[in-house]
Amino acid sequence: MNEKPKTVYDDVKSNGHSRRDFLKFCSMMAAFMGIKSSGVGQVVEALETKPRIPIIWLHGQECTGCSESFIRSSHPIVADIILDKISLDYTETLMAASGHQAEASLKQTMEKYKGEYLLIVEGATTVGDGGVYCCIGGKTFENRLKEAAEGAKAIIAWGNCASAGGVQKANPNPTGAKAVHEIISGKPIINVQGCPPIAEVMAGVVVHLLVFERIPQLDAHGRPKAFYSRRVHDTCYRRPNFDAGLFVESFDDENAKRGYCLYKLGCKGPVTYNTCGVIKWNNGVSFPIQSGHPCIGCSEANFWDNGPFYQHLSQFPGFGIETTADKIGVGLGVATGVGIAAHAVTTNIRKRKLIQKSKKDDDDDS
Amino acid sequence: MEETVHKSPIKIKYIWELPVRFYHWLNALSIVVLCITGYIIGDPFAIQKGTEAYMNYWFGTVRFVHFAAGYIFFFNFVFRLYWGFVGNKYSRWYNYVPLKKAQWVEIWDVIKTDILQIKCKPIHSLGHNALADITYFFTFIAFVLQSLTGFGIYAAMSNSWFPKLFSWFVPLVGGDLAARQIHHILMWFFIIFAIIHVYLVFYHDYIERRGVTSSMIGGWKFVESEEEGEC
Ligand code: HEM
Ligand code: SF4
Repeated sequence: MNEKPKTVYDDVKSNGHSRRDFLKFCSMMAAFMGIKSSGVGQVVEALETKPRIPIIWLHGQECTGCSESFIRSSHPIVADIILDKISLDYTETLMAASGHQAEASLKQTMEKYKGEYLLIVEGATTVGDGGVYCCIGGKTFENRLKEAAEGAKAIIAWGNCASAGGVQKANPNPTGAKAVHEIISGKPIINVQGCPPIAEVMAGVVVHLLVFERIPQLDAHGRPKAFYSRRVHDTCYRRPNFDAGLFVESFDDENAKRGYCLYKLGCKGPVTYNTCGVIKWNNGVSFPIQSGHPCIGCSEANFWDNGPFYQHLSQFPGFGIETTADKIGVGLGVATGVGIAAHAVTTNIRKRKLIQKSKKDDDDDS
Repeated sequence: MEETVHKSPIKIKYIWELPVRFYHWLNALSIVVLCITGYIIGDPFAIQKGTEAYMNYWFGTVRFVHFAAGYIFFFNFVFRLYWGFVGNKYSRWYNYVPLKKAQWVEIWDVIKTDILQIKCKPIHSLGHNALADITYFFTFIAFVLQSLTGFGIYAAMSNSWFPKLFSWFVPLVGGDLAARQIHHILMWFFIIFAIIHVYLVFYHDYIERRGVTSSMIGGWKFVESEEEGEC
């Protein structure tokens, strides 16, 4: 087989999708990436002419929810073409090969496409107790990650676990879970945040790399700005209720039925950067807030420890789970009041002496 | 017979210049407004009425007042920092930063005299006493933190260039939620500071007969002339 490397479009065709489907896919991706309509042609051309990017997809300590999210993408081409049919050279959960065969295919990809392949990491890396909590093919995940990162062109950290440690890293972090950027340095790392990330966002990032051959603009937490530059709060359809001061007080009250803002139920929309309000989930059907549930902030680091979920103010570190800064503040305020009262009493005793002294002085003067 | 509490003649000293007094009251006002509106932002009232969003905007107004007061608070503070370099000797920056040994000695003296009340010799610094100075130093740090977190979280909700200057600070503390949390906790620092501050002003006036309270209005303090050498 000495044919030229396949493009995405070749695979689209051989999978029986029409050109129309392909163009729809291109314009959808362009729209998600925030490219203006005149740029759609660029996306089409890239997918028609550029060879697909070889991908190695590693799974660490995780729940595979990110893969689940990805294969449920709204557009068939995303899952079909980008993922299991064409681009994936190695992924534990979806590839046909297993055991030694799989290891061989991984090794082959790493050698053949050295410096070219895209490394996708799903899940946290566990470094506790020598890394025993996550071993694959006889190696710790940390070693596998370092090995694969070595020859990678770029790394995409899928989801909160790879981007920030996820639930595994939550206190007390028994397995010593770490994010990719805490293990690997010197390689561009894109954090596609979320627990899980939105499928279209995941596809959008891969397509961006293919079309532009460079790392998308990232924010301070390594997330692509095209998808993570606005807060959920900024694109939330309940926002007018927030500004109007109309809040749901409890999950089953009248206000909940009226669709008021979920701020007082602990909605983390105001502090969470993601595009749930725009792209939404499950083919754009809904997203948590639309279903009446406050945002839990799953695309932010440490969101598990920033709880409780259903309370606006987080717990105050070191105190009980429901102790907020306000409770402690009121406590300190009362203590201050008591201190002041005690102080005022001693001051008056002192002042009495002073008054007596100055009276005496006056008497002496006269 | 003339009734007087003072043995010695009283001298009048001009301590707080007009810009310092102006700063003080504007600062006090903006902090009160910021604490009230900030508290409401953190825990808005429960209003149960079956209206539509377009009919109300009260929460938006509270937030607007908070941001406007935030700007006033910040630039007023910047002005005070400037005045710390050009003002009179009572308002200069070196009073507030305890670098000299004498300042630490006085701090300990004030603690013994005014707080523990185990020492009777009055403290005669003309401006703030050294303990007050170091407290204000911490307050200034709180001002800086409150401005950094406040404008930092404001950056995400504003199109203006000014708040964006602060957006670098938010990732340093771990994200917007952490910044908001710090911002909220600091509110309690301001509240408790204000309680103690007001009490102590009254306390000093009550026991020292030097006109501390009105000094921040007119600028003068009353000093018994023979004390002067001791400051
Ligand atoms: C004495 C000074 C200040 C106090 C006591 C104060 C207090 C507060 C409090 C308690 C909150 C609610 C936080 C929460 O629970 O989520 C808040 C929110 C906020 N503050 Fe301040 N603040 C002060 C100064 C500032 C300044 C200088 C700014 C800069 C513009 C600022 C901007 C904000 C913003 C943007 C919010 C979030 C509002 C929202 O998302 O609706 N604050 N403040
Ligand atoms: S529901 Fe959440 S994200 Fe939506 S407006 Fe209210 S606080 Fe913001």
